[in-house]
Amino acid sequence: MLPENFASLAPEQKLEARLADWIATEGKPFASPEAAEKYRARAQRYADVIRLRQPDRVPTTAFTGDLQQHFTGTSLGDYFYDYPKAAAGAIEFFERFPELEYYPASNFEPGPVYDKVKYQLYRWPGNQLKADQGFQYIEGEYMAADEYDELIRNPDGWLLRTYVPRIMPGLAGLANIPVLLGTSELPFVPFFFAGMAAPPVTEALEALLESSRLTMEYMGQIGQTIGFAVFGQGMPMTLGGFSKAPFDFLGDTLRGTRSVMMDMFRRPQKVLAACEALTPLAIKMAVDAAAGAGVPFAFIPLHKGADGFMSDADFEKFYWPSLEATIRGIVAEGVVPAMFVEGGYNSRLARIAEANLPKGATAWTFDQTDMANAKKFFGPWAAIGGNVPGSLFQTGTPETMRAYVAQLMETCKPGGGFFMAPGVVLDHSKEENFRAWLEAGLEFGKY
Amino acid sequence: MHQELITAITEMDEETALALAGKLLDSGASPIEVLDDCKAAMEIVGKRFEAGDCFIPELIFAGDILAQIARLVRPRMAASGEVQHKIGKVVIGTVQGDIHDIAKDIVAFMLDINGFEVTDLGVDVAPEAFVEAAKANGAKIVGLSGFLTLAYDPMKDTVAQLRALDPGIKVMIGGGQMDEQVRAYTGADAYGKDAMAAIALAKGWA
Repeated sequence: MLPENFASLAPEQKLEARLADWIATEGKPFASPEAAEKYRARAQRYADVIRLRQPDRVPTTAFTGDLQQHFTGTSLGDYFYDYPKAAAGAIEFFERFPELEYYPASNFEPGPVYDKVKYQLYRWPGNQLKADQGFQYIEGEYMAADEYDELIRNPDGWLLRTYVPRIMPGLAGLANIPVLLGTSELPFVPFFFAGMAAPPVTEALEALLESSRLTMEYMGQIGQTIGFAVFGQGMPMTLGGFSKAPFDFLGDTLRGTRSVMMDMFRRPQKVLAACEALTPLAIKMAVDAAAGAGVPFAFIPLHKGADGFMSDADFEKFYWPSLEATIRGIVAEGVVPAMFVEGGYNSRLARIAEANLPKGATAWTFDQTDMANAKKFFGPWAAIGGNVPGSLFQTGTPETMRAYVAQLMETCKPGGGFFMAPGVVLDHSKEENFRAWLEAGLEFGKY
Repeated sequence: MHQELITAITEMDEETALALAGKLLDSGASPIEVLDDCKAAMEIVGKRFEAGDCFIPELIFAGDILAQIARLVRPRMAASGEVQHKIGKVVIGTVQGDIHDIAKDIVAFMLDINGFEVTDLGVDVAPEAFVEAAKANGAKIVGLSGFLTLAYDPMKDTVAQLRALDPGIKVMIGGGQMDEQVRAYTGADAYGKDAMAAIALAKGWA
């Protein structure tokens, strides 16, 4: 439980309150005192890393995208369409790897919901993809160049009436939702609801309700596996919500990679204004989800600001300002923005370090970034981790894995503020390499 | 060489570049010469990319300017009967199971403007389809793209099948989670970090 005066607390106090609530075991349905104690110790260890205190040992965390499916022989399609089978696979995975300390959010997704709304942005297993193919994004331009002004003027309204009907044709009728100002006077209200009663709108509302019902069905099933892991095995969750850098929201699935990059030349001011318009949404999305889950960490994958994707000058102009505002906005609410830094960030470290972001309030999982430099530039003020390559999990040996982990620990462990993690969402690994990674993490992680 | 056109492209000045290209063509310049200017400009952009002085937005934008000029040039080239000399054939595609295309498209485009005849097989391409394409057009260079770690094994299979067809065939891999370790695993001849690396490799093999 958060304190009653939570809303009036300073950001740092909010963070401490949220972490304390997350760590606490009282009133949570643990299966045994042992599970509760495991949970408490692990959550405390992770919180210590975030707050830059040296724990007793380095925590080992991983996001296992499609890994549990591969290890348990459950198809990826089952993880979208056959929840009981998926849940059984997940539980088998947790039982096989009791060394896993944190709930490793994986690709267990509600296929029927995507079907119901006819989701256009992705293809997923068991539908357009074969049951053994992981879900994948379809690059495209889902927002036209001449829609910038509307997005900038009214981002939520544009998303509701234009974007969502486009990327979810199952909800096409949302395009006809009447103006909400029509609720502001008694005699207006019947006109407002007459608009809501138009067949395309009611169809969309019914589809929304059905999608919510299907989502709750899914939540019930995945909730059981989470319950097993968290309350049965004492594995704290470290992902409470999602967000992205505003430039990535715009460039990934609104304008698309190609278009946003040309926009940087053709209409730079609109790109900047759009990023600014999306920032409050990016903050609210992260905070609402993390607060709702009681897990004060928002997962923020970073894409188009990576080394080689744009110049330092463009990073400074297009990418960083709205990302910085997003990070600060999330921190202000006592939620930890946990950046998942895909690709390399070697050219960005010094610039980000200069920003003087709040100390002990953010986490950064790196992929192909030089970790000695990450430690040097970020170590004094942020928790860092990651960097174990996906290729090593899949094509290495237990010996090369052990050596990599030992070296990484030597570089990053001193003084705390470090968590051991893969540099990628793990879809594939040789089982012996995954095991070697877990064991080496425990062995070399002690302080 | 028309220096003004080259500069307009390398300075990312779309409006000037298109106006100049149109003016040159209208005043009777050879379509091939105009394309050569574009090629020279892209070479400069490519060199800057390699040197870390420009990045993917510049590559994409300059490429788009070039594509627009190529659309102006093509009808006139057909009329003039001129043909471009190609320095080699490349078969390229995103391997089986992976449907990401953007990086592969950039590489295919850059290979094309650097004088290669490129057969782009698209995404989710089975090993057999790479073999068929290489057999059909006699390409000695194959580029395998993949964004995800699920691409490693299909890459390995594809390399093996291409080797069975012709041990002399050269295979390069590239994409998000590729590195030297994956190259060794798949048995490919080379790993390219980006589009310019792919061009350097292909030129070395052509």
